[in-house]
Amino acid sequence: MASGADVIVQGILLGGLYALFAMGLSLVFGVMRLVNLAHGDFIVAAAFAAFCVVSVLPIHPFLAIAAVVPFMAGLGYLIQLGLFNRLLGKDPLRPLLVTFGVSVVLQNALLMTFSADTRRLSAGSIETQSVDVGSVTIGVYPAVVFAMALAVTMALQWIFYSTALGQRLRATSDDPEIVGLVGVDHLRVFAIASAIAFAVIGIAGVLMAIRGNFDPFMGPARLLVAFEAVIIGGLGNFWGTLVGGIVIGLAQSIGAAIDPAYQTIAGHIVFFAVLLLRPDGLFPKVAHQ
Amino acid sequence: MKPLLHVEDLNAFYGDLQALFGVDFSVGEGECIAVIGSNGAGKSTLLRSVTGLHRGRSAKRLSLAGAEISQRAASEIVAMGMTLVPEGRRLFSSLTVEENLTIGRSAGRAGYWNLSRIYELFPTLLELGGRPVTKLSGGQQQMVAMGRALMTNPNLLLCDEISLGLAPVVVKGIYDNFARVRGQGTAVIIVEQDIGRALSVADRIICLRKGAVMLSGAPASFTRNQIAEAYFGVEGE
Repeated sequence: MASGADVIVQGILLGGLYALFAMGLSLVFGVMRLVNLAHGDFIVAAAFAAFCVVSVLPIHPFLAIAAVVPFMAGLGYLIQLGLFNRLLGKDPLRPLLVTFGVSVVLQNALLMTFSADTRRLSAGSIETQSVDVGSVTIGVYPAVVFAMALAVTMALQWIFYSTALGQRLRATSDDPEIVGLVGVDHLRVFAIASAIAFAVIGIAGVLMAIRGNFDPFMGPARLLVAFEAVIIGGLGNFWGTLVGGIVIGLAQSIGAAIDPAYQTIAGHIVFFAVLLLRPDGLFPKVAHQ
Repeated sequence: MKPLLHVEDLNAFYGDLQALFGVDFSVGEGECIAVIGSNGAGKSTLLRSVTGLHRGRSAKRLSLAGAEISQRAASEIVAMGMTLVPEGRRLFSSLTVEENLTIGRSAGRAGYWNLSRIYELFPTLLELGGRPVTKLSGGQQQMVAMGRALMTNPNLLLCDEISLGLAPVVVKGIYDNFARVRGQGTAVIIVEQDIGRALSVADRIICLRKGAVMLSGAPASFTRNQIAEAYFGVEGE
């Protein structure tokens, strides 16, 4: 049986992947108040995109990120300009209905193209390598995923708080109408935000595809975890989203240590508890540097 | 005087409700126009319509420096040289004072106004550059709102109720700065409920009532009674 320290470390590392699932959702909601119910399906689509890349090119699955990320960013930009921008307005039901429809279409398109078979990308020995740190055993691959989550969080934070683009993204988030008066086209800013979010989705999809099996129908479960991480962390807060992912990862890890059957439900219970005690999340305001 | 903004037969709507009825006016280069009228007269709708913020409008002609702008988005119109200081200031709350000012560069227009000149115009802001705008007083926020608009280097600056809710001394300071703004050749349209102040700075006034132009011309060409009648719809005492 794993030690208490092992359980906690595994939970934190698992939280890194959950944070990656959630980061794009947090960004899109933070900038344009859009809830994309197809978010999880786009993560799965990115995994299949990586599957296609490694099927065609004899490269390591990690390197597929170099192809999948720009592809997903381009897709995000175009889908925002062509579809999601038309949904934004006073009626919050429209984006929910349409992105739910996109989710269904995407799942079935993936099913028709790739069948219902489960897939997995093999990254070789890194998947099973581990390092002993005292009494704790740290898997190399989960540590890489966590490091990636940390890097993505820092990158998003840097973009938002240290660049001219970030200035526009925050201003547009504050008041999409008034940014027009300083020459900023809010619809184009939304498209750029979506491109960044989809780039993160691309990273999450590839790393998920290496970590475990995936099939066309596992998107909604990723969406659920992403939602919970975003809400636990506080809407639109990247560091909060990372913490939210870690909280769910920890809860699942502890739940699984008690009884493997409790793994998933433990995450939901902690989410429910946070929702009851702190409805605005642990870090309710958008983080400033 | 060469018309900078030309508005002909402008009508504006909120759903089925018509808010502006066939408004005609033009603004010359460097001119200052005051739009007066009571609450609900359509003053803010007029400014929002010409700047592209309000899209529920139609016009026979709506042009800026000779170019048609009726189909342009607000961001494009700003890049062509017209912007608005909106009612209620509407600063970007997650940005600092300096970020609120420098975002005006997004318009991509070169000109007289840059950050150091904005700080010269409003020296108070120099010490506050790194502060969140939510921590400022109303008067300081109004300075940021004006500075943000000036940073786009407009040829035509529209100001909507900039004195609303501010102490008279603060309002005087802001109005005193109009001289320098106009000194750079910038035309100004002011929407103002304080008629006395509006008349004191304007070359021409436009009085709106129930969405239509009731009176238009140089302030000196009208008596108090004429202005009161146009404003309220009744003869003044």
